[in-house]
Amino acid sequence: MREKHRSGEPLLRLQGIVKHFPITQGIVFQKKVGAVHAVDGVDLEIYPGETVGLVGETGCGKSTLARVAMRLHDATDGTILFDGRDITRMKGENLRAVRRDMQMIFLDPYASLNPRKTVGTIVGAPLRLHKTVPKNQVKAEVQNLMELVGLNPEHYNRYPHEFSGGQRQRIGVARALSLRPKLIVCDEPVSALDVSIQAQILNLLNDLQDEFNLTYLFIAHDLSVVKHISDRVAVMYLGKIVEAADGTALYTQPKHPYTGALLSAVPIADPNLAKTKKRIILEGDVPSPISPPSGCRFHPRCYQMRSLDPEKQERCQTDEPELVPHGPGHIAACHWPLDASIIDALAETDPGSSG
Amino acid sequence: MLRYIIRRVLWAILVLLIVVLITYMIFFLLPSGDPAVRLAGKNQTPQLLEQIRQQFGLNHPWYIQYLLFLKHAVLGDQYGWPGLGLSFISKVPLKGIIFSRIAVTAQLAIGAAIVWLLVGISVGILSALRPHTVGDRTAMGLAVLAISMPVFFLGPLALYIFWFKLGWLPGTGYYALGQYGFGTWFSHWILPWVVLAVLYAAFYARLSRSNLMETMSEDYIRTARAKGLTEKRVVLKHGLRAGLTPIVTVFGLDLAALLGGAIITESIFNLPGIGQLTVQAVGGQDLNTIAVITLVAATFVVFANLVVDILYAFLDPRVRFD
Amino acid sequence: MPEPLLEVKDLRVQFPTDDGVVKAVDGLSFTMAAGETLGIVGESGSGKSVSFLTVMGLINKKSAIIEGEVLFQGQDLVQMSNDELREIRGPKIAMIFQDPMTSLHPFYKVGDQISEMILAHEDISKKEAFNRSVEMLKRVNIPQPEERAKQFPHEFSGGMRQRAMIAMALSLNPDLLIADEPTTALDVTVQAQILDLIDRLQSEFNTAVALITHDLGVVAEHCDHIQVMYAGKIVEEGTADDIYYRPMMPYTWGLLRSLPRLGHDTDRLTPIAGAPPSLIFLPDGCSFSPRCPYVFDECRVIEPDLLPIDGHHAARCLLSLEDRERIVAQEILATP
Repeated sequence: MREKHRSGEPLLRLQGIVKHFPITQGIVFQKKVGAVHAVDGVDLEIYPGETVGLVGETGCGKSTLARVAMRLHDATDGTILFDGRDITRMKGENLRAVRRDMQMIFLDPYASLNPRKTVGTIVGAPLRLHKTVPKNQVKAEVQNLMELVGLNPEHYNRYPHEFSGGQRQRIGVARALSLRPKLIVCDEPVSALDVSIQAQILNLLNDLQDEFNLTYLFIAHDLSVVKHISDRVAVMYLGKIVEAADGTALYTQPKHPYTGALLSAVPIADPNLAKTKKRIILEGDVPSPISPPSGCRFHPRCYQMRSLDPEKQERCQTDEPELVPHGPGHIAACHWPLDASIIDALAETDPGSSG
Repeated sequence: MLRYIIRRVLWAILVLLIVVLITYMIFFLLPSGDPAVRLAGKNQTPQLLEQIRQQFGLNHPWYIQYLLFLKHAVLGDQYGWPGLGLSFISKVPLKGIIFSRIAVTAQLAIGAAIVWLLVGISVGILSALRPHTVGDRTAMGLAVLAISMPVFFLGPLALYIFWFKLGWLPGTGYYALGQYGFGTWFSHWILPWVVLAVLYAAFYARLSRSNLMETMSEDYIRTARAKGLTEKRVVLKHGLRAGLTPIVTVFGLDLAALLGGAIITESIFNLPGIGQLTVQAVGGQDLNTIAVITLVAATFVVFANLVVDILYAFLDPRVRFD
Repeated sequence: MPEPLLEVKDLRVQFPTDDGVVKAVDGLSFTMAAGETLGIVGESGSGKSVSFLTVMGLINKKSAIIEGEVLFQGQDLVQMSNDELREIRGPKIAMIFQDPMTSLHPFYKVGDQISEMILAHEDISKKEAFNRSVEMLKRVNIPQPEERAKQFPHEFSGGMRQRAMIAMALSLNPDLLIADEPTTALDVTVQAQILDLIDRLQSEFNTAVALITHDLGVVAEHCDHIQVMYAGKIVEEGTADDIYYRPMMPYTWGLLRSLPRLGHDTDRLTPIAGAPPSLIFLPDGCSFSPRCPYVFDECRVIEPDLLPIDGHHAARCLLSLEDRERIVAQEILATP
């Protein structure tokens, strides 16, 4: 875990981001009858040079949030401030210029590379498009990038299917890096890779960050992966951030019951600790984002709530909790945050922690 | 689902209106003779021509003629409903002609369809279950050969061999079932059915083969085997059901297109169907007939599209409308 | 000593291809006792899936060369005809797969798919089979099982689909359940639910479970015995304690060190250099030698045997035991 020094203005500031996908019905004229509440009011700040990890499971809206931040979707509401400028409704040439500074690495190394193009073409495309490098120097720059990410520059003319999954992901990194962006959004970049290759890619991302002063928004569903690379971690559930903390605080002092469940669910490669760790098994599935539950969105599955008196439970069912501070750099949205006993039980599983 | 159907029906009507409109536009944009002259025949006097123009509404601008056509079609004319007017050439009410012609074309299309479905799909299935064997390669090779042989080649060739040389089958012509009995009726259909079916059988063999091969490599086939089901059940219930469902769509459209007239086949075998009528109408600039045939053929295709899409929703539970 | 449930002896599975012969499984031998949970850990290309697909007889005998013995309750499955194998699949050995969305037939209702399996092996009425399907769905904690049984797979969530698959697999009370990466495609809390379910059902049904995964954490929590596979062979096997506290093979060390772990506080992970070998052109000597940081000359020439260390613990490495114990103490277990 890295402790970074935060100074100045955030590089990316998301304020009140809402993204609803409308559901329409109608014979001739389509009328909106509902919406998928993919992102339902999210604030997030990322400072230059740091890595913010965004964790959540399927349907929590983390990928949608990233795409809204990158202007790949238009926000239904809210503001996006990038490098001090409001890019929420930016269009045309202005937006294109901004796109040079923010790039994305995708989840599936098998699907995100055009199988009909060579590596050289794929990595060189941004350079050619934005003309950041003179035409006759593009190849040299691409080969330089390939070397930086650990690929053999002589494979410039090979096609994606000739590379392994890990190597393809490196191609994705090279492409994202080609315009020397300020921000790189990594959308689950290691989830589809074998464990030993995951480690290689994570190390690569770390090294590149130091060398090129990059800022990362790192999306994952695995809390352990995110811990290694993030300065700050936020947990999303059903379109909202439920907890966020700097450093290791999320892991040693989780406040939101969902975070507790996520931590408990991570398999531990240590049989003795595995036996003693507190098992929190959530019931049921994530509710549909079309009609999120009333009050606290997590309440139908909350084990913490079930251990409380009925009056307290009612508050969970009717009152949506706000994100409030729980220590320096630590916010959580829960009326009855996790208490020490649960935290200790989870922390027993964490020999390297300070708990 | 109901909303979807209504929406599709509305679109269908719009498409039909546009199709007939384009037909009228093309007819009037093409340089051709004055239809009134052709209708008048040998004794052309100016009065006769004028009379003909009045009778057939030929003195109106083309868009008025189009609207009149629509009006008659929907509301009927002196010859009944739908009001399809007269053929310019034969001067006989089209309503009767069209229905009797459709009957012949339908016999051709449906008969051929049965042949090509049975032959094509069986060959496709057998090939898919024994891929890359001698049998499979032979079958697919023959399929390519069949696709390369157009009806206007295969038709006369078949007639030459089976009728002229061997005398096994009778020649061209249509002999109605009611009038001539089953034997004559059937023997005259064999060649047209087979000749028309050959091309389609080949396509369907290749299509079912590739669909089924892809389906058999799916994960749920592995699960079916892991459940200990017999291979027969795995193929029939799990494989075919998924692999052949897409063929429903293709078949619906193919059949609909054929119902609009199998022009070449009907011409070669002298079958009085819609296709043959089309040839006559275009050659004789019989605008009325052309417009009616276009409308009929387009109606088949448009509604076949709709039926097939709805049918697919019943076959594949993942497909949802609205 | 009771007869083992499953005894695999020197299994070799090879696939001839245009580029050469792929040696997917290269001499695999192990046993499983009744009611035991065996964890099989390996990355892509390790042969972990192919070996168990072979046990089930799901490898197409026309496209593969299979040698060796697979003794299930004393009978050799490799020699069995398809008809005989079919009687075993379902009532005796059942398998669940990685992606529950594609593993269930999209056109048939879930309840019917479960009933189908029951009816294929038992002579009961359709109604009875359906009732049993509903009962199984209830046992895997699917709410409103009667309604759910009449739904189609795409109407289920990912976790629910996997639970339905488990219900189907256990519906005939098999002696062995093979779970091939059952949670890889699922979210982490759903993974915990599914693994918890498998644990519970295992004791309820007294089934042996072969859990195939690439996740070392998963096997630590759920398995009695663990096999680590690499390039078609077992390179280390033992109890969970053996593998995690006394690992004796460099590949296992590499796996343990490359895991991002909640408890460890490092900036850099230690990945294994290079990539898994081609199964067509396996390296001479030890298959792991090109990537091993402790390699020496003999490794590239002599192929090490799987030698027992103590009890059930065995490893395949030419390094001396003392050297390995020293490396483990100094480098692997020491928390940075």
